Amino acid sequence: MSWPPPEGVVQPIKGPESAGGAKGAYRAFGETLRGMKTTFARMVEGTTTYQYPEEKVPVYPRFRGRHRLHRFEDTGLEKCVGCSLCAAACPADCIRVVAAENSPDNRVSAGERYAAVYEINLSRCIFCGYCEIACPFDAITMGHDYEMSDYDRADLIFTKEMLLAEPMERTPLRAEGE
Amino acid sequence: MIPAVIDYYEPWYVQILKAIVLFAVGLQMVPLVLVAERKILGRMQHRFGPNRVGPFGLVQPLADILKLVTKEQFRPKTSIGWLFALAPIVSILTAVAAFSIIPFGRTQDIFGTKTGLYGVDLSIGPLYLFAFGAIAFYGIMLGGWASGSKYSFLGSMRAAAQLISYEVAQGLALVGVIFTAQTLSLTEIVEAQAGMWYVVPQFAGFIIFLTASFAESNRAPFDLVEADAELVGGYNTEYGGARFASYYFAEYLNVIVISGIVTTIFLGGWLLPFGIHPPGWVDPFVVLGKMCVFIFLFIWIRATLPRLRYDQLMSFGWKILLPLATLNALVTAILVVST
Repeated sequence: MSWPPPEGVVQPIKGPESAGGAKGAYRAFGETLRGMKTTFARMVEGTTTYQYPEEKVPVYPRFRGRHRLHRFEDTGLEKCVGCSLCAAACPADCIRVVAAENSPDNRVSAGERYAAVYEINLSRCIFCGYCEIACPFDAITMGHDYEMSDYDRADLIFTKEMLLAEPMERTPLRAEGE
Repeated sequence: MIPAVIDYYEPWYVQILKAIVLFAVGLQMVPLVLVAERKILGRMQHRFGPNRVGPFGLVQPLADILKLVTKEQFRPKTSIGWLFALAPIVSILTAVAAFSIIPFGRTQDIFGTKTGLYGVDLSIGPLYLFAFGAIAFYGIMLGGWASGSKYSFLGSMRAAAQLISYEVAQGLALVGVIFTAQTLSLTEIVEAQAGMWYVVPQFAGFIIFLTASFAESNRAPFDLVEADAELVGGYNTEYGGARFASYYFAEYLNVIVISGIVTTIFLGGWLLPFGIHPPGWVDPFVVLGKMCVFIFLFIWIRATLPRLRYDQLMSFGWKILLPLATLNALVTAILVVST
């Protein structure tokens, strides 16, 4: 839009003609009462806050929380084949993968190799979701958990077992259209 | 008007007991007002306010006070030591002293001893109130000055200007009532309202007194003395720990005292309308109930109005409140003399 804007687009709210005096005092009194009405109405409306530890904020389906590793539901084999593409994609460099060969008597994943070590350092993770995009087998996805604080940095390095396990408490998901 | 007839005599132990009870009651009311304020302010902003400590967050002030009193005492290098320590004491002392004149009921017969339900019934009630109001301002001003910090100093200078200008209007607003009641004793002012509460004939005086009282107790929208946003707390910037707690205590006790005074002077104290005469022990609860209305008003106004600019504050005090209060006193005087 060009500047100055055309006539009628911007409408400045002009103050009343007399700013002070008895008229001004009378008006100020009236406006005060109007403001008090507003605040009282807000009080009657009730609260809009979440009582956090008991009541969690529901997240959207695309919310990027703590990572999850997945297994095939039918065979129970891990989806991760240890290709390290997630580690390569990670801008924060927080994923460490050490791959190992599957053998007939120790079959862990569906592919040729599996991740012997899979660690995510969540104190460095920026939750960008690039690992999820990079993964060719949808083995790693961003979950919905956001409660990851801990007392020790070492506890924030999540191992493969922790990432494969179901989260202890499910984060509530926001209903469709909410 | 019949002069005050002292038909009873309080033994010395009753006086001491009354002092203890008053101090205890005052001390208990402050945390309640504190938590009420935070909860009501929260509700007005669509949130709960404190609700974690104890049932419904009622123990929150206890936690706050414990936190404050266990903190280290310190003062800035530039401060004036003994004044810095004295100022909060002055503040809290005057607040408690002013609390003692609020009458909570008629003279009661307690175990055969006639006892007035108030600290003292002075023949100069409002003057006593203004005297302690004026000393209370020393608490704030000395505190800010002795801190040796520019923000505290600015806050205390504002306090000086503000309290002086609003005390005039506050005093003049009461003159109308004193003319009508023809007494300075607060209990007699209450008794004089048996027919009609003074809020009706003295409505202008009521509004002026209430407004000036907001300024006197340094509450929003006249909290320029503290002005958290611009002066980082004003006069109490350099205070911490128990000294800060006593400033805080004094502020809220002032709110309670002002509510009590307005109740006594304009809302008929322990009197109830429509000829209801409850037994004597109900009186204090009637007074407390009326006080709660005003305490709620204080909180409500704080949630509503933004802080005034300094020049607005001054012109409001001197150009609007003072002439109105004078006019009110003048008209009342003419009416009282002519009838």
